[in-house]
Amino acid sequence: MPVAIKNTAFYALVVLIVLFAVFPFYYAIITSFKTGSALFTIEYWPTSFSLANYVSVIEAGSFPRNLLNSLIVSGLVVALSLLMAVTAAFALARVRFRGRSLLLLTILSVSMFPQIAVLAGLFEVIRLLGLYNTLWGLIFSYTIFTLPFTVWVLTTFMRDLPIEIEEAAIVDGATPWVIITKVFLPLMWPALVTTGLLAFIAAWNEFLFALTFTSSTETRTVPVIIALLSGASAHEVPWGLIMAASVIVTVPLVVLVLIFQRKIISGLTAGGVKG
Amino acid sequence: MTVIRLNNVRKSFGTFDVIKGVDLEINPCEFMVFVGPSGCGKSTLLRLIAGLEDITSGTLAFDEKVVNSLTPSQRGIAMVFQSYALYPHMTVYDNMAFGLKLAKGGADEIKRRVNEAAEMLQITDYLDRLPKQLSGGQRQRVAIGRAIVRDPKVFLFDEPLSNLDAALRVQTRLEIAKLHAKMHETTMIYVTHDQVEAMTLADRICVLRDGNVEQVGTPMELYEKPQSTFVAGFIGSPKMNFLTEKFADAYKAHTLGVRPEHLEVREKAGTWAGKLIHSENLGSESYLYIDIGAKEPLVVRQDGKPSRQPGDLLHVSPINDNVHRFDQSGYPARA
Repeated sequence: MPVAIKNTAFYALVVLIVLFAVFPFYYAIITSFKTGSALFTIEYWPTSFSLANYVSVIEAGSFPRNLLNSLIVSGLVVALSLLMAVTAAFALARVRFRGRSLLLLTILSVSMFPQIAVLAGLFEVIRLLGLYNTLWGLIFSYTIFTLPFTVWVLTTFMRDLPIEIEEAAIVDGATPWVIITKVFLPLMWPALVTTGLLAFIAAWNEFLFALTFTSSTETRTVPVIIALLSGASAHEVPWGLIMAASVIVTVPLVVLVLIFQRKIISGLTAGGVKG
Repeated sequence: MTVIRLNNVRKSFGTFDVIKGVDLEINPCEFMVFVGPSGCGKSTLLRLIAGLEDITSGTLAFDEKVVNSLTPSQRGIAMVFQSYALYPHMTVYDNMAFGLKLAKGGADEIKRRVNEAAEMLQITDYLDRLPKQLSGGQRQRVAIGRAIVRDPKVFLFDEPLSNLDAALRVQTRLEIAKLHAKMHETTMIYVTHDQVEAMTLADRICVLRDGNVEQVGTPMELYEKPQSTFVAGFIGSPKMNFLTEKFADAYKAHTLGVRPEHLEVREKAGTWAGKLIHSENLGSESYLYIDIGAKEPLVVRQDGKPSRQPGDLLHVSPINDNVHRFDQSGYPARA
């Protein structure tokens, strides 16, 4: 039965891919429930269930504060970069001006610089602006790195919106701001959700800038704090705490993706927006 | 009651001139149709009047007031687009009310005007639907409704029927004619490439060619007294026959134009004679293609079924000498 073989092979492949993608996270979860020496035995099934690691991560000093920092930074980065990207995309997609394509290419090329290459320069800028060791410093630097991507995607999307709809709005007496907010934004939800989510994930996971531009525990974000978690002595790595913290950090992303899942899918297939 | 005056209006995109100096006066309450082949600049001219494109030079005046630098809504125009251009995320009601809301109209006033327009166009039942839930004809009616609601001084149509199928096109054409009768105080400008729409709707037609006005006049003026071979060939269906050389010489013209409906078949002693090469039977009338030795076969319109077989020798004459004589440059011959 060739069909049966085909189906079996297909699902076997699916299982393999899912295993490959999910296993690290699964292993982090079961490890986070272990304590003591059980942490160092290799087991593929949950053997013990203890919330001790979670309790001590949450109670241990600054972790809730760092989680809040991460939320504030990522949320504001998404809000700021979407606001600027939507307005920039309107100009880049709909207004004719000299040097438009040059500007677009410049924006794209900004996203090609490796983070490490601009780290020193950006550090000076942040010091100069007095943003060192504040959340604003992180928001500022993350926005710089998410903007090229969001501008580029939204420009492409906005260019595909029918020009007649904009003209109809102009005839109806709409200003550019009204066109953007009342006419284009509702049509762009899928694109906004997709780019916003990607910007959120990028800001949420960012490590290098967060490590460099903050120095005190109260201003650090979660990725840095997890990396800097230390045990009772310099030679002890607190695996249980690290795993518990990692699981906690992943939850918001999973929740966000689940909420916006359907929007993302329609965002990826967008372009069929015809009046 | 708005008179529109175009004075040497030009439009160029870069070095490419699209409108090459148009002088035109559109009378108050008139239904003016811009007609011409694709690329002649008719849509561009409409968009200049609408304010969606900037005028490169020349002046455009509404009621003697120059409006070159005013926005479309300041000019008091409303426009119906070829692709409907409805806001996809708004209901029919919101689509129609959008302009009024932006103009800060009172809620009761907006409601009254939207309902009035909806009734006029018989779309009251669809007011809470989204555009994607409507058929093409219904969408175009909503687009027209959105324009009516704004109570414009000047009503612009940009090929509003070209996305509709043939039956719906005739029906909507009739509705636009009725609309013009109802809104008799509004000046209307209508762009089309379809000469039937132009002939049936227009008070006056403006024929455009390569960014210039070729002729302006009532439909009958254009039909009876075309001022060039271009207009003569564009207005009327089937197309006017054009004869040159010895056929035209006999009439002291460079080009002789005869409409198919102004030719009759005779038993003998016609002006021209030739073999019937093909006939098209439409039931109520038929078209005979006769090879009289000219460059193209002569088309003759006949009532009812074709009476002859291909290969028959036919004699043809213009009825009452109803011919159009043109000189070398394509304009009416004087002598």
